[in-house]
Amino acid sequence: MRTYKLILLSALLLPLSAALSQDTSLLKLLDDSMAGNKTHVPVTGTFKGTHIINIQSVEAPAKRALMFWIMHRFGQLNDGAYQLFGLDNATMRFGFDYGLTDRLSIGVGRSTFEKTFDGTIKYKVLRQTEDDHIPITADLFGGIYYKTLKYDDKPYLNTTYRTSYAAELLLAKKFDRNLSIQLTPIFLHYNLVQTTGDKNNIFAMGFGGRVKLTRRLSLNAEYDYLPTGQVNSINVHSSLSLGFDIETGGHVFQLHVTNSQGMIDPVFISQTTGTWGKGNIFFGFNVSRAFNTGKKAKKS
Amino acid sequence: MQARLTTDKLYLNSNNKYNNMTKKALTAIVLIATVHFAHAQLYFTTTGFAGFYSKTQFEDIKAENNQVYAVIDVNKKAIAFSMLLNGFVFAKELMQEHFNENYAESDKYPKATFTGTYIDNIDLSSGAQTTIHVSGTLTLHGVSKPFSTAATLALANGVLTGQASFQLVPGDFNISIPSLVRSKIAGKIDVHITANCKPRN
Repeated sequence: MRTYKLILLSALLLPLSAALSQDTSLLKLLDDSMAGNKTHVPVTGTFKGTHIINIQSVEAPAKRALMFWIMHRFGQLNDGAYQLFGLDNATMRFGFDYGLTDRLSIGVGRSTFEKTFDGTIKYKVLRQTEDDHIPITADLFGGIYYKTLKYDDKPYLNTTYRTSYAAELLLAKKFDRNLSIQLTPIFLHYNLVQTTGDKNNIFAMGFGGRVKLTRRLSLNAEYDYLPTGQVNSINVHSSLSLGFDIETGGHVFQLHVTNSQGMIDPVFISQTTGTWGKGNIFFGFNVSRAFNTGKKAKKS
Repeated sequence: MQARLTTDKLYLNSNNKYNNMTKKALTAIVLIATVHFAHAQLYFTTTGFAGFYSKTQFEDIKAENNQVYAVIDVNKKAIAFSMLLNGFVFAKELMQEHFNENYAESDKYPKATFTGTYIDNIDLSSGAQTTIHVSGTLTLHGVSKPFSTAATLALANGVLTGQASFQLVPGDFNISIPSLVRSKIAGKIDVHITANCKPRN
């Protein structure tokens, strides 16, 4: 009889307890099955722009997205009041970047400095995932740069001599929502250098990072270390830049100060003659606008 | 549950000398309760649909998620939904990034969930679409709010389809929209949910 009562009791209590925990247990059931089907979601927004400041970042336009960039660097702050602290002497670059796929993008640009055209290609080899299954994002970047400035005294400057190249490996990690760091081994090749004392092949290392201050504002820093002994005909320095990224919908505004006036890799990495200590500081900004050129393919 | 039911019956049969009115009543309760519990039927999906739509004169925004987890218990009249916010796909990749980074903050609050019940007595066997009134708790962007809406249920070929359409105000869930883009994002966002749930044991 006692056993019988026990069975009765447990049989009665079982559905009751099930009913009581129904609300949360259904949600728990969903959570459990979601946890079982975890996918490796790639992180987004390691940086806000396709440039940290001067150097390329691991970011690129998505498939069929077109990005238009306008970049300005004014003259040196120590030009004084007569030149309005550099604002009278601006150089600029504008460029278009286009995403062929979500991993591959191409770009073209033109700088006023030496009337240089550039063509770039960026390929995302690895995408960091939120669960750190892949711990970093890695891009390969290639650039070709062609100066078209006419020199009456140098008629021998043919196409080959006017061309230089960049190859870079961009390694970035988004540590958390606020902090991202990028390490960038850089190789530059110049078909023509100033003197025989200068190397045609240049190696450098870029260090860059950003700290988000608010959801739409970040503080960026970049140091492009140029080992000495490679460029000897002119007195060159490593490039150091500090700036802010401000994001507003389809635009990113980057405001910065830097000791490099050039905006393309063969110029700012190995041709930076200014130093912060002497006041050779350039104020500059980059502005991007994103356009969508087609309907994005539906993700499954 | 089948095993328990069998044991109960065997036990009752072997003890019929204790048979009296009280016991009969108790037995009936046990059987009803047990049968009721054994019957508890869950309908479940991992590929439900959630879409939200914002229409203004400047910009139409559409985002859709086809990885919505949903479960409906027709006996308990209970419903639960759960979805990852980074599962929403936008036409513009940049918009999707901004949604996750700036609005939903899906790194901090990865999921939107709903858990609730309905009180309507409905007969699904007819196969017709039936309206129910669901109320419960909606959690989004770390904010849990009491929430109720009309929804429909329809059972066809063993698949229980639940649908609901309602509006949400981003501000109710502490999602702030900067003044610069306020004209491009509707004050009330239209939300559509569809879940084709299959029986789950």
